Amino acid sequence: MKILVCISHVPDTTSRINFIDNNTKFDSNGVQFIIGPYDDYALARAIELKESLGASVTVINVGLAETEPTIRKALAIGADDAIRVNAEPLDSFFVATQIAEHAKGFDLILMGRESIDFNGGVVHAMVGEMLGIPSLSPVMKLDIEGTHVKMAQEIEGGKEYVDASLPLVAGCQEPIAEWKIPNMRGIMSARTKPLKVVEPKSLDKLQILKKFELPAPKVAVKMISADNVGELVTLLKTEAKVI
Amino acid sequence: MTSLVFLESADGKIKKSSLEAVCYARGLGGSVVAIALGSIPSSELESAGKYGATKVLHAADKKLDHPVIQVFASVLIQAIQQENADILIMANSALGTPVAAKVAVKIGASFASNVVDLPNTSSGFIVKRSIYTGKAFSYVELTAPKKVIALKKNAAELKETGGNATIIAFSPTLNDADFTTKVISTEKASTEISLPEANIVVSGGRGLKGPENWGMLEALAKTLHAATGCSKPVSDMGWRPHHEHVGQTGIKVAPQLYIAIGISGAIQHLAGVNSSKCIVVINKDPDAPFFKAADYGIVGDAFEVVPKLTAALQASK
Ligand SMILES: Cc1cc2nc3c(=O)[nH]c(=O)nc-3n(C[C@H](O)[C@H](O)[C@H](O)COP(=O)(O)OP(=O)(O)OC[C@H]3O[C@@H](n4cnc5c(N)ncnc54)[C@H](O)[C@@H]3O)c2cc1C
Ligand SMILES: Nc1ncnc2c1ncn2[C@@H]1O[C@H](COP(=O)(O)O)[C@@H](O)[C@H]1O
Repeated sequence: MKILVCISHVPDTTSRINFIDNNTKFDSNGVQFIIGPYDDYALARAIELKESLGASVTVINVGLAETEPTIRKALAIGADDAIRVNAEPLDSFFVATQIAEHAKGFDLILMGRESIDFNGGVVHAMVGEMLGIPSLSPVMKLDIEGTHVKMAQEIEGGKEYVDASLPLVAGCQEPIAEWKIPNMRGIMSARTKPLKVVEPKSLDKLQILKKFELPAPKVAVKMISADNVGELVTLLKTEAKVI
Repeated sequence: MTSLVFLESADGKIKKSSLEAVCYARGLGGSVVAIALGSIPSSELESAGKYGATKVLHAADKKLDHPVIQVFASVLIQAIQQENADILIMANSALGTPVAAKVAVKIGASFASNVVDLPNTSSGFIVKRSIYTGKAFSYVELTAPKKVIALKKNAAELKETGGNATIIAFSPTLNDADFTTKVISTEKASTEISLPEANIVVSGGRGLKGPENWGMLEALAKTLHAATGCSKPVSDMGWRPHHEHVGQTGIKVAPQLYIAIGISGAIQHLAGVNSSKCIVVINKDPDAPFFKAADYGIVGDAFEVVPKLTAALQASK
């Protein structure tokens, strides 16, 4: 079985977000980049399937050269080889088109439910559409039985157990697997695993990023004494007008 | 200009977030057509009229009672063609967002999810999106003639116009090959208020010490008609179900009021709640980081403050 895992290269979840160049560019100064947390679940499940079923695992990232340490980390965690599509991932349609170019022939395409930078939550659906195969998200459990895939998918207020056949695309979230930390041997072997750099397919842009904006700063908190919760009720009614 | 709004439903009820999408479409100007799929009572369909739809297409086929992304996308495309719609609008949700994405790919439309405001159309069509899990916004110009928008929950104001909608039966062609995924079973708590849709959320963290202490939180939630949420460690430890976990790696909420009890306010938790209109924090540690993100704060022991707050709310009714 051949598994493709799509990983995004995103700021660590504790990062402060800032923009430069007149709010047109992300300020990566001092920011630590990681494999997207959901993508990390997808990768962890792929490695588990590789260990239990003998699958091969390829990771793909659409990004410029700066994403290579993140890709090497995925190789250190246990992926066999990697593809980097050499382009800035400007929007989901662009990213999905690039992934679909390389996803043919894979039995299972795993992604995160969403990236934590652009929060589109859509690349999996788009890739599924482009390849003409089903896509499911967010998937919390995924087991392979022959050519069948048994999954638990989160729905609002609960979950749903779903049966589908390969090939398919799944957007993953916890508790599908436990995040894996690379060990020394993994880190050493990752250095020599194949990482293929390919140029992007050109396409007509359907959207243009104009600028970024930070939310207005929060006004200072109003503290209320624990002995006077009645005041909180009054403020919620008359000042905040939310109850 | 014609907008088509997809009305998502659960247990025969149209979701609040879909009615918000109708209001958003009305805000765009032009005519507003809505579409609902599966078994839904006509009284529910009419509610779309109250918020500004003039026409509701209803594809009542029972095969559509259970959502399958491929199938829903194909039905919406047929409706777009029939109505010659320029813009498809729906709520961001586990179902709506991927359906929207598939439609966009198929018809070559420009697509944006997580949209928080009406577009600026003074030159082009520029939408505002929430990105970096609520920590920032981006402005994106949608350049294709057809557009698909998935609207962030609670981003559009829900306002009735008192209008009426004509309900029209719609019979799309359903392709059996699209029904490739089979639902084996569903686990669902259908009586509770849906967390992503709720106007008020009462959320508890590790400070509550154990699942046996959730009774007081539920009593507070009940008084406020609120949904209950929790922090990640709480669902990791199995005190609460996973679908209640709020934050960066859980549900993102944007209610009118978010009450956080015994939650420290780690940045990953804040990422899921920072779009809330008003945040109340109850924590015994005055230095808990959550106070910096709060509108109102009480330093105190949750086990004393929460029952008092519930009583005060009941007394004020
Ligand atoms: C990649 C990543 C993703 C993550 N995603 C999420 C996420 O989506 N959501 C999430 O919530 N977390 C997430 N986390 C975890 C997050 O970093 C915190 O560990 C978590 O939010 C802490 O939960 P807590 O506030 O309930 O517990 P704690 O940090 O243990 O805080 C408990 C709080 O309760 C207070 N307290 C104790 N007793 C009482 C009392 N009697 N009365 C009142 N207050 C009391 C304490 O003062 C303290 O502030 C993520 C972490 C990582 C690394
Ligand atoms: N630049 C990228 N390269 C590879 N995979 C990506 C990229 N961006 C997003 N993805 C994958 O698509 C998923 C959904 O992303 P999104 O639709 O942007 O929220 C992510 O969780 C990743 O698995």
